This record gives sequence, C-alpha cells and structure tokens, in this order.
Amino acid sequence: MALTRDQLAQRVAQELQDGFYVNLGIGIPTLVANYIPMGIEVMLQSENGLLGMGQFPSEDEIDADLINAGKQTVTMATGASLFDSAESFAMIRGGHVDLTVLGAFEVDVNGNIASYMIPGKLIKGMGGAMDLVAGADNIIVTMTHASKHGVSKLLSNCTLPLTGRGCIKKVLTDLAYIEIKDGKFHLLERAPGVTVEQIIELTAGELVVPENVPEMGV
Amino acid sequence: MSGFNKVVTSYEEAMAGLEDNMTVIAGGFGLCGIPEGLIAQIQKMGTKGLTVASNNCGVDDFGLGLLLPNRQIKKIIASYVGENAEFERQMMAGELEVELTPQGTLAEKMRAGGAGIPAFFTATGVGTPVAIGKEERNINGRDYILEESLTGDFAIVKAWKADRYGNLVFRHTARNFNPMAATAGKITVVEVEEIVEPGELDPNEIHTPGIYVNRLIKGNFEKRIEQRTVRSA
Repeated sequence: MALTRDQLAQRVAQELQDGFYVNLGIGIPTLVANYIPMGIEVMLQSENGLLGMGQFPSEDEIDADLINAGKQTVTMATGASLFDSAESFAMIRGGHVDLTVLGAFEVDVNGNIASYMIPGKLIKGMGGAMDLVAGADNIIVTMTHASKHGVSKLLSNCTLPLTGRGCIKKVLTDLAYIEIKDGKFHLLERAPGVTVEQIIELTAGELVVPENVPEMGV
Repeated sequence: MSGFNKVVTSYEEAMAGLEDNMTVIAGGFGLCGIPEGLIAQIQKMGTKGLTVASNNCGVDDFGLGLLLPNRQIKKIIASYVGENAEFERQMMAGELEVELTPQGTLAEKMRAGGAGIPAFFTATGVGTPVAIGKEERNINGRDYILEESLTGDFAIVKAWKADRYGNLVFRHTARNFNPMAATAGKITVVEVEEIVEPGELDPNEIHTPGIYVNRLIKGNFEKRIEQRTVRSA
C-alpha cells in the first residue's frame, strides 16, 4: 500500500534528532510536527519570522499577528524567538537550519528539484523554497512517486522550471525512500506492501536497487 | 512635523508626494503586518504605474490587492502571488509585470538597499529561471548569482508601537519585511497602532530606530486573518 499523507509525515519524523532546528514546508511537511518522537526536543522554524512554532491556537488564543509561513494562525512554543525576514533567511541561507522538509513536483537523478511553477498553469511563486533548497544541506523532499495518471515524478531530467540545482539528496515518496548520489536514485526503503517492481515501474530516472530493500517502519 | 517629531494626522499628508510611476516598498507577509490605511490611501489617490516590492500582493479585496482593480500597479516584485484571482488574470493577460523573487533574496534586496549596498552574491536561484540574465560567479567552489538591491521612492510600513520620533516596535510575526522596508524608502511612512511619547519605549527594545522614518500615522487596523486555524479541543 502506498503511504498516506500521515504515514509520510511519520516516516520523515523518524529522521528528527534531539536538538534539531527544522523548517517544514506547506502541505505534508507541516504534518511532521504531529509526529515528533517522544523524548526529543525539536524547534520549528517558520520563515516569516518565528523560531519555536507551537501548535495551532485555541479559539481564545487566535492572534492575527502570529501566523506561520502558510499564513495559518499558530502559537509560540516556550523559548520561541521572533525576528524579521532578513534574519529569518540568514538562518536559512547561512546553513543554520538542521533539517528542511518540503514538497516538489519533480526531482531528478542530479538532485535538481522543480516545485514552484507549471508554465501556463500554476504561477504562484517560489516563496522561500529557493532559499531553503540552496541554503540547507539536509533536505528531505516529500511527494507522490507518480502522478494520478502514473507518470513518474522521479526523472532523469526535470522538465519544469527548477527551484534549485543539484541540492536534493533524499526523497520520500508514497512508495519509497530514495537517496540521490552519483547521478542516480538509490532505493533505501519501500512502503509496506509495495514491491520493488512497482517502484522500478514508476521511477523514470536510473534507479539502483540493492539486493535487500527493507520495508519502512510506519 | 517639526524637529524629530514624525507624526502626521491625515493619510493625505502621510502619502503626499507619491506620484505615478514611482516605486513603493511595502512591508507585510500575506495580510499580516500590512499598512492597511496607507494602501487604502494609495487606492484613493489613484496613483498609477507603480512598481511595488512586497512579499505578496494581498487578496482580491484587501491589502495590496486593492490596487489591482484600477490597474494602479504596473510591476510587482514578490515571492508568492497566489490567493488572488484578479492578480492572476492581469498577469496572464500580460497587463501586470511580475518579477518573482525568492523570499530571502527579496528581504536581502531591501536590507542591502537600505544599507547602501548595491548588490550581493547568493546561491539562491542558481540554475533556475531566477538566474537568467544575472552575473554568475564561482566563489570558493560554489556558484552564486549577483542580485541587485532595492530601494523605493516610498516605503510603506506597519509597526505596533512608535514614539513621536519614529522609533518602532513590531509585534510577533507582523514584523516580517517591515524593518527592511523601513530602511529602503526615500520617504518611509509608518502606520502604527499606538504612538507614545519619546522616552516611553525602552531603547533596548526598539527594533527600528527613528532615523529611518519620515512620517508616522496612527491607524485603525482590521487585521484580517487569511487562514484561521484552530486546534481541536
């Protein structure tokens, strides 16, 4: 079975380490905050100027001056700090964020990522995504492995305008956990019940498959 | 206005001197921390041909989106322009020029502009459409592009509190682009929730010193929320 959105988030959450500063993109990455393992401390960075993002507010706590990068109302965790956008991107571009999780339309074997524009169709802008992929060393891309029509999103070469060049090393899809190195995809894990053959079928770029591909623990 | 007193009492006075084809730098992230009354005043003035630099362009009926129906904006420099149907229509029809700029690059362009730095190198955007036409340089083994900084004829800013001298304090994530915008305007106009006497703000806690501020007006804010999200009880 392909992973659900929540299972994707759960698997990403297993990569969190105690003391990590983490930036979570909009969509599935946001759900990762619900699965932070017990006993570890993680500080969430929101690029509009908040380090130490808390949970969503109760009705009484709603404050129009306190939102996340997805423009949702949020709260501040204990020990939070507030700052302006230049400071926020100094953290991001200066490589101070330990883990970045974001979505994408396509990735390719050279670590290129396309996530912000479909010419003629969707032109909303890159927001902070280009800064995040250029500034972070440790990035996990979460996406579906293929489109609804079965077209692979893991390609030899991205077809859409790039968000970043050569910056992606880890991709978690609904079918597989994949590492990108030496110009190839490397299959690390498969979703429970998903076969290696299914993954090969839906991966357009060159995929290296080891003899034993463990199932994800989700 | 006299001496260091930056307070004006009307929006006409606040935006006096804004003319067609000028560049306006605006603070705000989405609808959070936007100078609502100053935008409304620009709409009222009907100033046209504006180049606006702002992270977003408001929604159809609020924020900078108010300047779209009468085609007051010629060009927008922004990182994210979703959530706005009229914007999309004008962009697709070629009536509105859009320069999509990565969020961190946009913040740095304003910061650098206000600090007298004409351009800077950044890795953000290398190998993407953003790099087209820009100088590329390899520094210590990594590729960077040259981004020029931004200044405006006007900057419009929203702060929480100010004293009459224009020292500013921002609140929560309503700070966002406002401090950088404040530095990047030839004329910086700030709309605030509360104006106090000099000496009442703790100098340790002032985010933006009054030297950057030319005019100050007390506004009434709707503070519309884009994505009202609550946790289940």
